Amino acid sequence: MLLSYLKIAWKVLLRRKFFTFISLFGISFTLMVLLVVYAMYDHTMGPHTPEKRVDRLLFITKLELWSDHSQSNSGASYSFLDRYVRPLRTPEKVSIATDGGSLVAYVGNQKLKLDTKSTDGEFWQVLDFDFLAGRPYTVREVREGAYVAVINESTSRRYFGTTQGVIGRFLEADALRFRVVGIVRDVPASRMLTTADLWKPITVSTVDLRDPSYLGPCMAILLARDAADIPTIQQEFRQVVSRVPVPDPKAYTEVRVYAEPILGNLLTRELFRTTGPDNGTGRFMALAFGLSLLFMLLPALNLVNLNVSRMLERSSEIGVRKAFGATSGVLVGQFLVENIFLTLLGGVLGLGLAAGVLHLLNGSGLIPYAHFTLSGRVFGAALGVAVFFGMLSGVYPAYKMSKLQAVQALKGGTN
Amino acid sequence: MLQLTDIEKVYQTKTIETVALNRVNLTINKGEFVSVMGPSGCGKSTLLSIMGLLDEPSGGILELDGRPVKSYSDKELAHLRNQKIGFVFQSYHLINDLSVLDNVELPLLYRAGVGGKERRQRAHAALDKVGLSARTTHFPSQLSGGQRQRVAIARALAGRPEIILADEPTGNLDSVMGEEIMDLLLGLHRHDGTTIVMVTHDEQQAQKTERLIRFFDGSQVA
Ligand SMILES: Nc1ncnc2c1ncn2[C@@H]1O[C@H](COP(=O)(O)OP(=O)(O)OP(=O)(O)O)[C@@H](O)[C@H]1O
Ligand SMILES: [Mg+2]
Repeated sequence: MLLSYLKIAWKVLLRRKFFTFISLFGISFTLMVLLVVYAMYDHTMGPHTPEKRVDRLLFITKLELWSDHSQSNSGASYSFLDRYVRPLRTPEKVSIATDGGSLVAYVGNQKLKLDTKSTDGEFWQVLDFDFLAGRPYTVREVREGAYVAVINESTSRRYFGTTQGVIGRFLEADALRFRVVGIVRDVPASRMLTTADLWKPITVSTVDLRDPSYLGPCMAILLARDAADIPTIQQEFRQVVSRVPVPDPKAYTEVRVYAEPILGNLLTRELFRTTGPDNGTGRFMALAFGLSLLFMLLPALNLVNLNVSRMLERSSEIGVRKAFGATSGVLVGQFLVENIFLTLLGGVLGLGLAAGVLHLLNGSGLIPYAHFTLSGRVFGAALGVAVFFGMLSGVYPAYKMSKLQAVQALKGGTN
Repeated sequence: MLQLTDIEKVYQTKTIETVALNRVNLTINKGEFVSVMGPSGCGKSTLLSIMGLLDEPSGGILELDGRPVKSYSDKELAHLRNQKIGFVFQSYHLINDLSVLDNVELPLLYRAGVGGKERRQRAHAALDKVGLSARTTHFPSQLSGGQRQRVAIARALAGRPEIILADEPTGNLDSVMGEEIMDLLLGLHRHDGTTIVMVTHDEQQAQKTERLIRFFDGSQVA
C-alpha cells in the first residue's frame, strides 16, 4: 500500500514539474534559511567546545554603576569578582579571566598578532577544551606567576610551523617568553567569551589584581553542579550584590551585575540594549519562535493553496478510488503520505542547500576558526519541521476531498 | 439483492431543478442479469450510481441484502463497494498516473488480506479475459477508447464482485469486441452467478439478458 502511494506520488510529482518545483523551492528555501540561522545560533550558543556544558554555565561579563541620571559600565574588576563571586557557595567552581587582549609575536620578521586571554587555573576546569598536546596550566602555576601558555593549533602552526614537539618550547611575544604547556584545537571566534590564540595566567598579565574599583577588564564563569542549580546560583549572587556597597553614593545608587546563561549574556542584552535586571531572553524566545513560525507559515499556506487545486484536478482519481472501496481515512492517508514525501524531499534539498551555504561560510573566513556544522540535532529539527509542513499543508485539503460523494468527485468535485 | 423503493434523485442547480429519477421502484434479484435501456438523459447512469452506492438518492429507500443502505456508516459503505460491487463507468474513469495493471489492481488494493502477488495474478487474469494481457504496462493515455473500456471492465472483474454494474460497457467497442464482452458477462452470470445490471443502447444485447427495463424521463416504463 505504502509503496503504491509512493509510486503514484512520484509520478504526480514528475508530471507536475512546475507545481513540484514551486513547492520544493518554497520548502527547501525556507528550511535552508532556518537551518543556517539555527546552525549559527547553535555554533555560538550551543553546547560546543569549550562550552560543552553550556547548560551548566553562567557568565558575569558586565558591571554597571547605575543611577537614573548617570551610568558607567564596562567589565568587572578582578578584585570585585574575587571578593564577591569566587566565595559563592552554590556553584561547583568559579573562574575569573580577562575579556581579552593581544600580544604581538614575530616569526622571522613577520608580525603575528595573537588574541589572548588571561585566566586563572580554574578556567580549564570550568571549560572543556580539546587538548591536542600537553596540558592546561595549573592553579599553582597561576599563583606562582609562571610564564606558561596554552596556544591553539593555528598559532602553533604559524609560530612553530608544526604542532609536534612544541610542548616545552618557548614563544616570545611583547618581549615576554612563554613556555608552551598545551595545544588546543582552534576555538571559533564566535565563542566570544572563551576564544583566543593564546591563554596565559592572569598573574603575568597587565591586569592590576589589587585595583579596588569595581569596573575592570575581567569576567567570571560559573559552573553549576547541575543545570537545575542555575536559579539557585543566580539567587545567591543577587543577594550578595544587594549587600555590595555602592562605591560613589553621590553619583550612583545601584551596582548592576548579573550572572547569566550564555544566550542572555551574549545575545539578548546586545539585541535589546538592556542593562537592567531583565536581560530580554523571554522576549527573544517569543520573537524567535514567532518569526520562525511566520516564516514557515508562508510556504505552508502556499502549499495548502497548491494542494487544494492539485486535489481538485485529481478529484476523478479520488472518485474512482472511493468507488472501488477506499475509505476517507485511506484517502487522507494517501494524500498525507504524498505530501510528507514531497516535504521530506524539500527537507533533504533544504538540508543540502544549508550544508552548501555553511560550507561557503566556513571557507570564506568571515568568522575566524568558524566551523559551522549541521548536527544531528539540527537534522532532527529539520526533519520535524518538514513533516510538520507536510501535515499542515496536506490535512485540510485531503480531508475536504475525502468527504465528497464518489459521484461528485468523479464529476470534478464542484458540487 | 437490491431493492429500490420510491427512489428519487433531484439535481438542484442555481437556475433549474432536474428530476433525474422519479419514484423508481425496482428489485434486482440475486443472480439476475438485467439490462436498462432508454434515451439519453433519462437517468440510467444516475440509477446505476445510486445502486452502486456512489451517490445518495434525494428520496426513497435503497436496500442491499435487505438492509437500508442509509443505516451503514461511511466505512461500511466503502467496504461494501469494495467487496460486493464492481462498477464499469460510462466514461471509463481510469487513473491516468497508473499503468493498466495498477488500474486493474485497484479494487484489490483496498481489500485486506490480499497480498501483492495475488493482486498481480488476479489483475493479469482479469486483463486476460478482456483480451488485453499484452498491454499491462501501458498507461491509459496510450490506449484506444475501446481498449480503455476493456480495462475498465477488467477492473470491475478483478475483485470478483457479487454485483457488476456496467454503464454502457460496449458503447465504444466494435460489434465483434462488443459480442465478446457480452459473452464474457453472460459467462460470469451463468457460471459464477454474478448479478449484473447493464445499461445499453443495443437492442440485440438487451434481448440476451433475462430482464429488460426501459426508462423514460426518470421513470420506469417497462
Ligand atoms: N450533477 C448533475 N447536476 C445536474 N444535473 C445532472 C447532473 N447529473 C446528471 N444530471 C441530469 O440528470 C439527468 C439524467 O442524467 P444521466 O446521466 O443519468 O442520464 P443517462 O440516462 O445516463 O444519459 P446517457 O444515455 O446520455 O448517458 C440528465 O438530464 C442530466 O442532465
Ligand atoms: Mg449515462
